[in-house]
Parts: sequence; structure tokens; C-alpha cells
Amino acid sequence: MSALLSLEGVQTHIGQYHILYGVTFEVAQGGVTMLLGRNGAGKTTTLRTIMGLWRASEGSIRFGGQDITGFATPDVARAGIAYVPENMSIFADLTVKENMILAARDGAMDDARLKWIFSFFPALEKFWLTAAGALSGGQKQMLSIARAILEPRRLLLVDEPTKGLAPAIIGSLTECFQELKRQQTTILLVEQNFAMARALGDTVAVMDQGRIVHSGQMAELAEDSALQTRLLGLSLDAHQ
Amino acid sequence: MSALPKAKTDFLPWLLPIVVAAIALPLIGSGSTWVTLTIAGLAMGMMIFLMASGLTLVFGLMDVLNFGHGAFISVGAYVAVAVLAPLTGLVQSPLIGDNLLAILAAIIGAVVVSGGLGWAFERYMVRPVYGQHLKQILITMGGFIVVEQALHAIFGPTQIPLPLPQGFRGSIMLGDSAVEKYRIAAIILGLGVFAVMVTVLTKTKLGLLIRAGVENAEMVEALGYRIRRLFVGVFVAGSGLAGLGGVMWALYREQVTAQMGMEVMVLVFICIIIGGLGSVAGCFIGSVMVALLANYTGFLVPKVALISNILLMVLILLWRPQGLYAVAKRG
Repeated sequence: MSALLSLEGVQTHIGQYHILYGVTFEVAQGGVTMLLGRNGAGKTTTLRTIMGLWRASEGSIRFGGQDITGFATPDVARAGIAYVPENMSIFADLTVKENMILAARDGAMDDARLKWIFSFFPALEKFWLTAAGALSGGQKQMLSIARAILEPRRLLLVDEPTKGLAPAIIGSLTECFQELKRQQTTILLVEQNFAMARALGDTVAVMDQGRIVHSGQMAELAEDSALQTRLLGLSLDAHQ
Repeated sequence: MSALPKAKTDFLPWLLPIVVAAIALPLIGSGSTWVTLTIAGLAMGMMIFLMASGLTLVFGLMDVLNFGHGAFISVGAYVAVAVLAPLTGLVQSPLIGDNLLAILAAIIGAVVVSGGLGWAFERYMVRPVYGQHLKQILITMGGFIVVEQALHAIFGPTQIPLPLPQGFRGSIMLGDSAVEKYRIAAIILGLGVFAVMVTVLTKTKLGLLIRAGVENAEMVEALGYRIRRLFVGVFVAGSGLAGLGGVMWALYREQVTAQMGMEVMVLVFICIIIGGLGSVAGCFIGSVMVALLANYTGFLVPKVALISNILLMVLILLWRPQGLYAVAKRG
């Protein structure tokens, strides 16, 4: 598979802090790439740098053959990248419907697509006219993901979608991502839930201290507990 | 599926002005005086709202503390002087249509000039200091002083009379109560602007973007919208509204000074803090509350009137520390 997104030697500073030290990896077209690593490894910073929310001080980010390194965030989004941030960032004072209207950047919401989303996240249909701030944590995460997939995008960046959620909600999210994967949606997924990572990931990149320390197939990492322990500090099985 | 707390519409703040007015009635004793004071308070509240509404949106959306907002008020008032000066015939005409035409010309001029000044403020003074509150305070305060001195240089340091057009002078009788015509006009205009703002904010995609941007500008950008343009648009619109408020306030006082913007800014800040920074509805209620209380206490206990606004702010913030309508940030 060819690379849809590639990072080459990306360095990011936040104020006086040097966070990313030359991040290099690729996201294959039509697959799910997992970005793993310990807390503070630089995963969220990597996603935010791709989105242009923090600027890369060095290196290049190429998306679909285009250099997007210096792009402003709206231009990155318009290039076809959707983003689900770690804190969900739903608009709490707006209703679920109003949140979704804003996600339909190119015009009116597509009813068929909306029904497809409701099939995974029926709570959103039920609470369509409810202020998003009143939703539970899991429902907010559903809304955040629904917003990102309301219109087909070329790449989906998702930052720890299962963090702090109940197993039932995680099941719904996993089902949604599996369906997106079947549709050949390209996804870069940061995740601490290793069961989900193993179930979804085609390829994997592991970060540590602002660098990529391993890239390869997810299946290889999933079967090599020694490698898991070396890269992540513990084996995936310890997280079942 | 987990249980969902029912989202409730919070009408409680809307009851506050009614409660205050109801409490004032027996204290004042006379129904006709109460009506006069209430309408005076509502008119004053509408004018403060016109001046304050832009500032609350600018703060909410852009996180910008614009201490120069008063400059747009003063400039609006002086533009009214400049526009109405050659229109003496229309101003002094006994026909209300002529008077309205003169005021409309003054309002359009004030909105355009104050809006243009707002654009320049944002472009050259505020934009370089986004995210730096201390510098924003210093530079916008400095900008206000520059504008104030420029007004002195152009129009002179003394106050300039700005007579009300003939048709807006005097009172009409509502039962036993004498109500100034201009105050009724101010109430109608204020309610009209509030209705337009609420409609835009709740019924249009532009309004949704503004409300979403007030909560989380970064996420709006991540959805693909160029919020910088929205910032500029809101800043210009807010400055234009301040100019409109300046015209109305100057006609209410029937005089113009370069300091009038700064003088009224204290009230403006109190109103947007009471309302909840970024909330247009809160700003509206805050403005009405401040003005009603000022009028009631001015009649009942004149000495208390001097501190009534501060007392109101303290009480409201003790009840709701983030103002009447707290705007969710970074949802």
C-alpha cells in the first residue's frame, strides 16, 4: 500500500519545550495505523502537529503527495483530514444537531450518511436536540467521532477514543472503526487500549521520548511479547 | 446506554429584572413614578447593551480584553455630531420622518466609521498580541488614549452639544406616567438589535460558528473553518454596534465628549461580567439589571445609586461566579 501521509524528521517545540525530536513514519492508504507509546511519548503532539495546531519547527509532513507542513489548521482540514482530539472538544452549549451541522462543512448533512452513523451511535439520534454538554462521556466521544466521519475524509486522526469509557461504549466505537476499516478509510489511531489496537491495526508506529522507535506490522508486534515489553514497558496481553 | 441528565433551559436569569421591578414598585409607592423609572431604566439598559454586546462577543470568541472599546463609542458619538451638523433642517423639522432620516444617517455614519476603526484596531493593534492579556490591556488602552486625543485635536477639548431631533423631544403620557419619547425609541432599537443578534446566533450557520468559536476556537478551525476571518468580522461588527450605542448615548445625554466612551466603559464591563463573558443573552439581562437598579436606587436612595452596580455585580457573582450565563470553554 502506498503512503497517504508521511512524516519526515518532524520536530516540534511548544514554547521552550522540545517535544518531538525528528518523528518519521508513514500512514498507508486505506489502512489503520496505530500510534502507540507510553504517556508523554509525543503521540498527541504528533497528531496536533499534523493538524497544524502546533507548528513543526523542522521536517516535513506530506499528505497525498502535497507538502502540508506549514498549512494552517483549516487548510489541513480542507485537504481532507478529520481530527478527533483526546478531549473530544464537542461544543457543549450547542445541541447534538448543531454540532453535526458544523461538521457538514460542504453543505447540508447527507441523510443516508447520518442514518449510517446512527446505526453505530443510536444515542445521538435520541438526543439530537439536546445540548451536547448534557451527554455522558461516552456519548460525547460518539459525537466527536460522528462529527469527524459525517463527510467522507481522506484521513481520520483519532486520539485515544476509548480513554475513560465503559466497555459497552468501547464496543460501539470498535464496531464503528471496524466498519470504517472495511470501507478502506485511512485512519491514524492513537490508543492505549491494546486489545482495540490489536483488533484494528494494520501497521504500527511506536513512540518514545518524542521519537519513533519502531515501525512495522501490527500483527508482528502483537505476537512478539518481548518486543512489546521492550517498546511499551509491558506486553499487550497484560492489558487484556 | 447511560442515563442522560435532562438539558434544561435556564430561564432564571430572565426573571431577575422582573423581580427587581416588582420589589421596587411598593418601595417607590407611586405607580406612575415606577413606570417612568422602569422605562428610563429599560432605555438606559438597551443603550448599554448596544455598547456592550460587541465587547462580550469579542472577549468570548477571541479571548481579547479590548480596553479600547470605549473609543468606538466616542467615535460613534462624534460622527453623529459631524453628520447631524449639516442636517439641521431635518433635525429641527417637526416631521418625525425627517428626524428619523437624520438619526438614520448619523447611525449609518457612526457604524461605518466605528466599524472601520475596529478593523484597524484588530489588524494593527490586537492581532500582534493575541493570547497575551497584559499586552492587550496596555495596547488597547493606549489605542483608546490616541483616539481620545485625536478627537480632541479634531473637535476641540470642550463638550459639544448634540440636541435631540424635534420629534423625539418631550414626553407622552402612559396613563398618569410621563415617558420620554426618545427612551421609547431607544427601547425599540435595543430590542430590535437584540432580536437580530439572537436570530443570527441561533438560526444561521454563521451564528453557530460564532457560538462554537466562543467555546473552542481551535476545534472550529480543525473542522475546516477559517476562524480568523470570523474574528475580524465579529470585531468589526462589535465596533460598529459600539458606534451605534455611542450615537444613542450621546443623543440621550444631548452632549458629546471624548471621555464619554471611557466613562461608560465601567458600566459596560460590569454588564458583561454580570452576564457571563461571551454571552449575548447574559449581557442583555446584565445591562437591563444595571440600568433598572441605577434608576430605582437613584430615586429611592441616591447615595446607594453610586455603588448599586458594584453591589449588583458582587451579588450576582456570589450566586453564579461565572456570570448569569456561563459560557462553556473548551468543551
